[in-house]
Amino acid sequence: MSEEQKKDPILEKPTSRREFLKNSGLTVGGLVLGGALGGTFLSKTETVTKEVEVEVPVEVEVPVAGEETQHETHETQDYIDALQYFTRVEDFLALSAATEVIYPEDEHGPGAIKLGAPFFIDKQLASPWGRNADDYMVRPFKPGESPLTRSEIVLQGVRKLNEVSQEKHSTAFNGLNEEQQIAILRDFESGSIEMELTSSSSFFALLRQLTLEGCFSDPVYGGNKNMEGWKMKEFPGAQMSYTHVVESKEFVKIDPISLSAHIKH
Amino acid sequence: MVTKLPKVDVVTVGVGWMGGIVAAELTKAGFNVVGLDKGMEKNLKDYQLTHDELRYHVRSEGNQSLTHETFTLRNTLDQEANPIRQKSSIVIGNGIGGGGSHWAAQTHRYYPYDFEIRTKTIEKYGEGKIPENMTIQDWGITYDEMDPYYDKFEKMVGASGEPDPNYPQRSNPYPNPPLKKSEGMKMFEKVAKQLGYKPFVTPAATVSQTYTNPDGETLNACQYCGFCSGNYCEYGAKADPLVTVIPTAQKTGKFELRSHAKVIRVLHDGKKATGVLYQDTRSGEEFEQPADLVVLSSYVFNNVRLLLLSNIGKPYDPVTGTGVIGKNFTDHHGYPTTIGLFDDKKFNNYAYTGAHGMTITDFTGDLFDHSNLNFLHGAQIEFRHFGSAPIGNNPTPPGTQMWGREFKKNSLFYSNRDLSIFSQKAALPYKDYYIDLDPNYKDVNGDPLIRITWDYSENERALTEFIQEKHIEILKEMGASHIIPHPLPDHFSGFLNGQHNGGGAIMGADPETSAVNSYLQMWDMDNLFVCGASAFPHFGVSNPTTTAGALTYRATEGMIKYLKEGGGLLVQAKKDKTLA
Repeated sequence: MSEEQKKDPILEKPTSRREFLKNSGLTVGGLVLGGALGGTFLSKTETVTKEVEVEVPVEVEVPVAGEETQHETHETQDYIDALQYFTRVEDFLALSAATEVIYPEDEHGPGAIKLGAPFFIDKQLASPWGRNADDYMVRPFKPGESPLTRSEIVLQGVRKLNEVSQEKHSTAFNGLNEEQQIAILRDFESGSIEMELTSSSSFFALLRQLTLEGCFSDPVYGGNKNMEGWKMKEFPGAQMSYTHVVESKEFVKIDPISLSAHIKH
Repeated sequence: MVTKLPKVDVVTVGVGWMGGIVAAELTKAGFNVVGLDKGMEKNLKDYQLTHDELRYHVRSEGNQSLTHETFTLRNTLDQEANPIRQKSSIVIGNGIGGGGSHWAAQTHRYYPYDFEIRTKTIEKYGEGKIPENMTIQDWGITYDEMDPYYDKFEKMVGASGEPDPNYPQRSNPYPNPPLKKSEGMKMFEKVAKQLGYKPFVTPAATVSQTYTNPDGETLNACQYCGFCSGNYCEYGAKADPLVTVIPTAQKTGKFELRSHAKVIRVLHDGKKATGVLYQDTRSGEEFEQPADLVVLSSYVFNNVRLLLLSNIGKPYDPVTGTGVIGKNFTDHHGYPTTIGLFDDKKFNNYAYTGAHGMTITDFTGDLFDHSNLNFLHGAQIEFRHFGSAPIGNNPTPPGTQMWGREFKKNSLFYSNRDLSIFSQKAALPYKDYYIDLDPNYKDVNGDPLIRITWDYSENERALTEFIQEKHIEILKEMGASHIIPHPLPDHFSGFLNGQHNGGGAIMGADPETSAVNSYLQMWDMDNLFVCGASAFPHFGVSNPTTTAGALTYRATEGMIKYLKEGGGLLVQAKKDKTLA
């Protein structure tokens, strides 16, 4: 795959992409966009609003037996890798690219994209936490305080990533090389990019935190795919007891287990 | 419309450690107790699937939601306070069991010096040693008087430990032996001894063996699973009101627990409390619960807020230094922490318990000479395991980028190669630091929020510098390749991460300078008791629960006496002569 393709989570699944193209036929600038995504997910009788029932004609994607499922075994379980919060694919692509710069794939193991951090972040932003449901959001907000929710901060931030990238390099953020991406993210981190009702440093801090969460939280949240994040860190996950380890002089490496193991047994 | 309920003997506001202790002791003595808690019902069944760093440690599942109610903070009297908005900034336990369900369970006692801090400081160094604005005062009780109540609390929670070599005396040893020693603890112990210090295994209420307490409640042996402080314990190995005092109260058949019941006022006739007014947090429906005895047993802020909202006691005025409600607020935060990274050694940092480690108390209280030091009191030095989980634990050597390729490489390399030394330091009170009602921000009912006025003091800055040098000395001797001291921030930002707050309804011998007496009985209203760390005139070096729990055990003796003997003050008021 080309460098550009690596940064694109959708393009990482060549078979799926072919199916998408075949089914929707709608592409802009090489990317599969919103209409196609939406079309794939809506069933024929999905009610879009209360008043009007819209029939969306779609061809349902049928996995080809023995092709995708056998070659990419760990991807077949990822039906949850779709968007709950973001509505524009270009926003999600900028997010994905930024997470990968923050936690890149290297000789030690997968980066943020392979670990599922971008989808994790999308789910978190769609959750009550993303909407600051448990926070005190009563006005007035003083200078220095942001009235925005976390999901609003990240959305504005990723759009700003694309905007700055367009201005500087005439392309979207995910189309830049790593060096260019790093330079832009540093500007965000230092707070020197203007944002509305928040700061670029707040956005960056949130993005960094979310990326690490997506790499290392229990896989139940959609990140840390196959516990690969934990494996890299030699973290054993949701073990029940370490009485046999606690006094050991040497480091004891234990294969991780996730919370799903607790509910199954 | 308010529904008036039948009168009971005792009503507690909040059912965590303090409310649970009151419920257990008063029901055992034959009284009917109603426990009101604004949170949800929970029990051990809720603890089965909690090995989840994101949900509990990062998203703070066990904390109270701030949607409808928070606190505001300013650092100085001339500032306007801002609300503390994020739930993760305030660790205050949610639901039945409160903070007692997710404490780290460290069980040090306070020192004799703490209880008579003003007297002992003047005796040794003269009054001039106390800075003008520092409002330290004696607690109206001595360590010897406290010892039996400490003993009672330690037995109830199954404290596991070995004696602190600096401690004067204990009437009994800890009920359980200390926790197991990790490799890091052994390294620390060896070095600390070489340096002439007296390390010992930190006492903890994550019990080291299966234990049945004097009330007949059984705690299981700690499994060192790593998901401890911030988590609930599915083994029932961490002492929690839900596995100790609450079941004890429930067994008597005299305890009625009501969740989603938020008390909004203490009702009174000016002389006596007549009951409480509470609200069902779901429906908004209001109830009056009359009682002979009203016990405020919620967190520090709420105890004080209810007194202020109910017009009980004289509010503290920071300009004149008069009044008592809100006075001597202290905050234990800004913990001096130093991290050592070891290039050649890996540790099983994923394991351990919340308070697991070793402690040195040689620089605590007046155990060392302060003649040439520019601070009072001191700090404990702890070698501490927390159970490192991977989102929060990304140690890197100084100078490492905080993201990108270098960050990834270093944080992976060091994720099991870090050991930390940590101090809890005394937080001494100042005239300008207090809590009151915020003039601008309100809760969902339109009642004003608590406003905190507090910042790090010169005393704490000097103390931090002093103690961090010791951290560095120890880590060097332990062979750390990189040593990373975390400095005290410029200002306190309102991150209340350890449930370590105190004061606001402080105890003492003199009603002029204290809100409650040594039975935590309000001087101004003798059938109202205010239990918890709100009674601390200052914050000692260690975690508050053991001392707050011991004081509450003492308070229950007073409550029982009060109910049996038909009222009156349990302690004669006297003038505190150490205060000018």
